[in-house]
Amino acid sequence: MAARIHGGAATALSTFNPKKLVAPSRTNLPAARSSKRCIVAGGGSDASKKSLSVRHSQKLIANAAVATKAETSATTGTGHELLLFEALQEGLEEEMDRDPHVCVMGEDVGHYGGSYKVTKGLADKFGDLRVLDTPICENAFTGMGIGAAMTGLRPVIEGMNMGFLLLAFNQISNNCGMLHYTSGGQFTIPVVIRGPGGVGRQLGAEHSQRLESYFQSIPGIQMVACSTPYNAKGLMKAAIRSENPVILFEHVLLYNLKEKIPDEEYICNLEEAEMVRPGEHITILTYSRMRYHVMQAAKTLVNKGYDPEVIDIRSLKPFDLYTIGNSVKKTHRVLIVEECMRTGGIGASLTAAINENFHDYLDAPVMCLSSQDVPTPYAGTLEEWTVVQPAQIVTAVEQLCQ
Amino acid sequence: MATSFSATLPLHGSQENRLLLPPIRLAPPPSSFLGSTRSLTIPSSRRLYHAHASRRSPVVGVQEVVKEKKVTNSLLITKEEGLVLYEDMILGRSFEDMCAQMYYRGKMFGFVHLYNGQEAVSTGFIKLLTQSDSVVSTYRDHVHALSKGVSARAVMSELFGKVTGCCRGQGGSMHMFSKEHNMLGGFAFIGEGIPVATGAAFTSKYKREVLKQDCDDVTVAFFGDGTCNNGQFYECLNMAALYKLPIIFVVENNLWAIGMSHLRSTSDPEIWKKGPAFGMPGVHVDGMDVLKVREVAKEAVTRARRGEGPTLVECETYRFRGHSLADPDELRDAAEKAKYAARDPITALKKYLVENKLANEGELKTIEKKIDELVEEAVEFADASPQPGRSQLLENVFADPKGFGIGPDGRYRCEDPKFTEGTAQV
Repeated sequence: MAARIHGGAATALSTFNPKKLVAPSRTNLPAARSSKRCIVAGGGSDASKKSLSVRHSQKLIANAAVATKAETSATTGTGHELLLFEALQEGLEEEMDRDPHVCVMGEDVGHYGGSYKVTKGLADKFGDLRVLDTPICENAFTGMGIGAAMTGLRPVIEGMNMGFLLLAFNQISNNCGMLHYTSGGQFTIPVVIRGPGGVGRQLGAEHSQRLESYFQSIPGIQMVACSTPYNAKGLMKAAIRSENPVILFEHVLLYNLKEKIPDEEYICNLEEAEMVRPGEHITILTYSRMRYHVMQAAKTLVNKGYDPEVIDIRSLKPFDLYTIGNSVKKTHRVLIVEECMRTGGIGASLTAAINENFHDYLDAPVMCLSSQDVPTPYAGTLEEWTVVQPAQIVTAVEQLCQ
Repeated sequence: MATSFSATLPLHGSQENRLLLPPIRLAPPPSSFLGSTRSLTIPSSRRLYHAHASRRSPVVGVQEVVKEKKVTNSLLITKEEGLVLYEDMILGRSFEDMCAQMYYRGKMFGFVHLYNGQEAVSTGFIKLLTQSDSVVSTYRDHVHALSKGVSARAVMSELFGKVTGCCRGQGGSMHMFSKEHNMLGGFAFIGEGIPVATGAAFTSKYKREVLKQDCDDVTVAFFGDGTCNNGQFYECLNMAALYKLPIIFVVENNLWAIGMSHLRSTSDPEIWKKGPAFGMPGVHVDGMDVLKVREVAKEAVTRARRGEGPTLVECETYRFRGHSLADPDELRDAAEKAKYAARDPITALKKYLVENKLANEGELKTIEKKIDELVEEAVEFADASPQPGRSQLLENVFADPKGFGIGPDGRYRCEDPKFTEGTAQV
């Protein structure tokens, strides 16, 4: 799936400059976030734009809920192919090369290379202090990262599994989120807290948690979720460069996604959503792994004659209400598909935000498909039923579009 | 435990920047502690076993050293140092007494925790530090901030919730921060400051070893006896010793959490002993005697600056007032309070200065008067300062206010003119 240009696409194309490496501001959008297949390589010509809209429908991820290889279309030749965890590593390594204050801390990030290989090779290159193997004490090493950030470093704190960060909740909520405020703006906490979460393959209840719902209320932090190698690298770099504390949610099942990403440097905007597939009939908002379930359902839906607009919200806190709003104003129907729990999840907040801001534009109530409020069971069949499946998405769209 | 410092050799060959821990030595290097001839090293398991039984262990009380020094007839401090210490303790005491008055007059609210009686610990340690050294404290942090150099005006204004406070009125009593003086707070939950202190010490080590800067900054973390039953404390003792961080853990053991006696809540109440369990020296000192505290502090700070790692110092001290201004303080025994009141650190230092002819009553009175005026002036300043306006509400939530996101109109929320008024929808 091509990452789509959104927002002021028309003007942005004409202002595109492939040499600009900065995070795209609102007026300089697509340079960094546009499809890697066309714009970055050559230039925003009309021809490539047209071919883009034809190509996107062929780019939906086939059958598997988790793709291991994205369909590649004819590319313009630049860029290199890699897996999502390698994209994260590349982003991290580039930032560590760029700024010696960037360091990594976490369990098994050094000699072991990271339990999902995101920090592979970094300890060899940067040393044991810059890529710090910590003991198993999440609360303390998260706090240590925060103290280091207050005194000038830029740590990237890894939770081996996001669920383990529940042990660090004290530090994340009280210190990470609040210290900038309670110190009257004197100390900044430019940390990145990252790790894999989400429902995997029969990992059991504790290892299948979605912490975005617990952290979303903490004032002072930003949360983003990556879903493709392209946005993984871009968000990693943006998060490291941000002066705010950012929590970057990765997903256990997405680490082996393969995609071609640009050779030149780029970063993604932390606060913006990503247009995955423009459409007319209904807005489907999603993030992380559910993006792939949605795209799979979209294939079926297209065959049935529907035209869903799919947006990967990417920024879980704050929501990009501009992209979302524009979409709602166009389609008047919203379906949220998420892996978070039903109660108090991201979808619940998003539903509230949409109802509050765009109520007049809705033709139907906002529908939210979330995971069941059930501790993720071990058994494969049960686990499958706790998570939203493409068939449910198709049914929901059909229901909404009646 | 003897091998706690002998970590596994680097797996990938020995590059210079990979040596986090010193290579294995057959015998740990001797390092003399407190100027004594007893070598204080990583305690062997044999020693650890006996540490419980005998005071002739690596972890010693300070009394012996002080006696040794007195025998040679040299004083522990000079006149200048003595007056600095005296002034600092008087400032702490007067300030806290004024806080109590202001609280009961309705000028400050919430939870206010006063430091009366514990001044020796703050003065004893912090007056040895430089501006670039860091201090981390708890909710009982007014005096730590004052000792570190934050002006009485700024602290008082913060307590009054005024814009001129050190944290613009946004923190309050339990959040005294100062970037200028490297006062890293002020934390409301016990124990949550200790990892932050560990992080500050980590930065110091990082600057030296990765950034190759000339940095020997140390961090002093203050916390209480109740905190020593908290997991974060132990996790940080482990990491600090493991990475040999330049940090000093100072336990202000005043024997009481709110109403929970230390003896009722702790299986082994001797906190200093927990240091050697993690591979660092543990020292017990009389926290009502500023000179003894200072001697221990000197050694601990020098150790840290030399890169020899952390120290755990347990200061036996006492708070003359309740846990906070809301605490009726009915549980503590009157006899216990009287016993410690007789050991008031300020009276003790005064006696020492006068008896050893370092200062006379007149000079000390002058200091007391000066401080009284300073504190009065701080109150006047705080009274006269404005309260924060609405415009301040949304500032400082994020260092980069783009973090509030993009509104439905396509602009960032922080670009909305109402943002600076504090009335924007965020």
